[in-house]
Amino acid sequence: MIEFKDVGLVYPNGTEGLKKINVTINDGEFIVIVGLSGAGKSTFIRSINRLVTPTSGSLLVDNEDILKYRGSDMRKLRTKTGMIFQNYNLVKRSNVLKNVLAGRLGHTSTLRSILNLYKKEDIGLAYESLQRVNIAEKIYNRADELSGGQQQRVSIARVLTQQPKYILADEPVASLDPPTSHQVMTYLKKINKEDNITTIVNLHFIDMAMEYADRIIGMRAGEVVFDGPVSEVSESTFEEIYGRSIREDDLRGGADKS
Amino acid sequence: MTNETNSTTPKKVPAIYPAKTKLQVTVIFFVVLGIYLFSMSWTQQQMAGGFSGALSNMFNVIEKFFPPNTAVISAIWGPMVETIQMAIIATTVAAILTVPLALLAAENVTTFKPLYIVTRTFLNLLRTIPDLVLAVIFVGLFGIGLFPGILALIIFSLGILAKLISETIESVDMNPLEAMRASGGNVFQVIWYALIPQVLPQFTSLVLYVFEINIRASVVLGLVGAGGIGLILNQQLGFYNYPNAMMIIILIFVVVIAIEYISTKIREALL
Repeated sequence: MIEFKDVGLVYPNGTEGLKKINVTINDGEFIVIVGLSGAGKSTFIRSINRLVTPTSGSLLVDNEDILKYRGSDMRKLRTKTGMIFQNYNLVKRSNVLKNVLAGRLGHTSTLRSILNLYKKEDIGLAYESLQRVNIAEKIYNRADELSGGQQQRVSIARVLTQQPKYILADEPVASLDPPTSHQVMTYLKKINKEDNITTIVNLHFIDMAMEYADRIIGMRAGEVVFDGPVSEVSESTFEEIYGRSIREDDLRGGADKS
Repeated sequence: MTNETNSTTPKKVPAIYPAKTKLQVTVIFFVVLGIYLFSMSWTQQQMAGGFSGALSNMFNVIEKFFPPNTAVISAIWGPMVETIQMAIIATTVAAILTVPLALLAAENVTTFKPLYIVTRTFLNLLRTIPDLVLAVIFVGLFGIGLFPGILALIIFSLGILAKLISETIESVDMNPLEAMRASGGNVFQVIWYALIPQVLPQFTSLVLYVFEINIRASVVLGLVGAGGIGLILNQQLGFYNYPNAMMIIILIFVVVIAIEYISTKIREALL
């Protein structure tokens, strides 16, 4: 369970990233956070694994205040929260298997990982994860030889290999075309259901949020302006979140995938 | 019905560069031009008369140096190999020492500012000492031989390598590093998994480049007693034994060209 209690974040340059956020995220939920760029979606998600550090309030993950974490506690926290990025963030010159094995770094000692002495189970797990996202045939390809959608699937496999309790996905489909976007979201949803991993996804496409989310959190200017199940969401909700009327580029389209 | 009709009558069009930039560039241009003109007039005063004697001297020099004495090849081959070995050892040691220094001197890895500034300053100081001065100091400390030469080369190439590699590190894609950090990797794992693969080709290429420089530098260092072929060259010049010296120069030339060719080929394959 993740609990935001009056969480605020002011960046060193004075920008307020988060303003008094109060949100509780239950285990197994699939949450989509929507909002315009600059609304604080990324800051929200990155607070959970402390890639950014909120400056006030308290943030509880499994009943422990992670804002006090440093050193090995932080490593433990990051080991149980996997992250997926907009730009996939793979090491382009390394092969797919090595990229996926990087998901085990938090579980592996420094010496073992530097000497490539991964446990057999870990390598097995990495291969299994690649099979789950249907890209196992590419294990020895260099990451930069793959298409965008394939790279994002590799990064999902990396997160799976990490065996996290939470998955944070920061705009995972923003660099992909509509069919690939739906494919990636489908994998995320499937993993959420099969492994019961709490998943929090940042999106700015309304139709995708509606299609995949159990619950939607709307953000505007660092504040949560909507929080509720998808059933309560209508077009006017989005207009409220975005502070303007809905336009065509707020939709991803291509939902009728083949 | 576009406003195409307007295109013939010139309206107020914005300049490509703002006026301030234009002024700056113009001032810089004239300052640089001024420096050129000044240096030209200054050195020409000093150079006057330098050329007149050169042509006739040229014949004397060539007459003394040619033909090279091919008989000494077997005798100078040993010192030549010594020079190459010096360069190999010095480059290897420098390449190893460079790794921590380059990491500490890269702003994106060493986020602790004071440490970064101290390393940077240290490297800058290292590079201000000419290799010849290093060799003179070490020959004074350890006596004539290969060891002071190797030490001088290590420090000389460390300065160049660490600087170039720290700049390579600063230009890497930081996103994979963030991903490794987010998946719980510690500092060493993040560097090993996300940074090293990105800089390895440039690292190898730069090490080979510094190896080339070291071969040439070790010849010069020999002149001040730091071992290798340079030492022999200096002796032969001292004895006015120009045909022998010419043979040494030709051998150095051939070796340097050969090594440059091989290392260029390797670097091409890497990048």
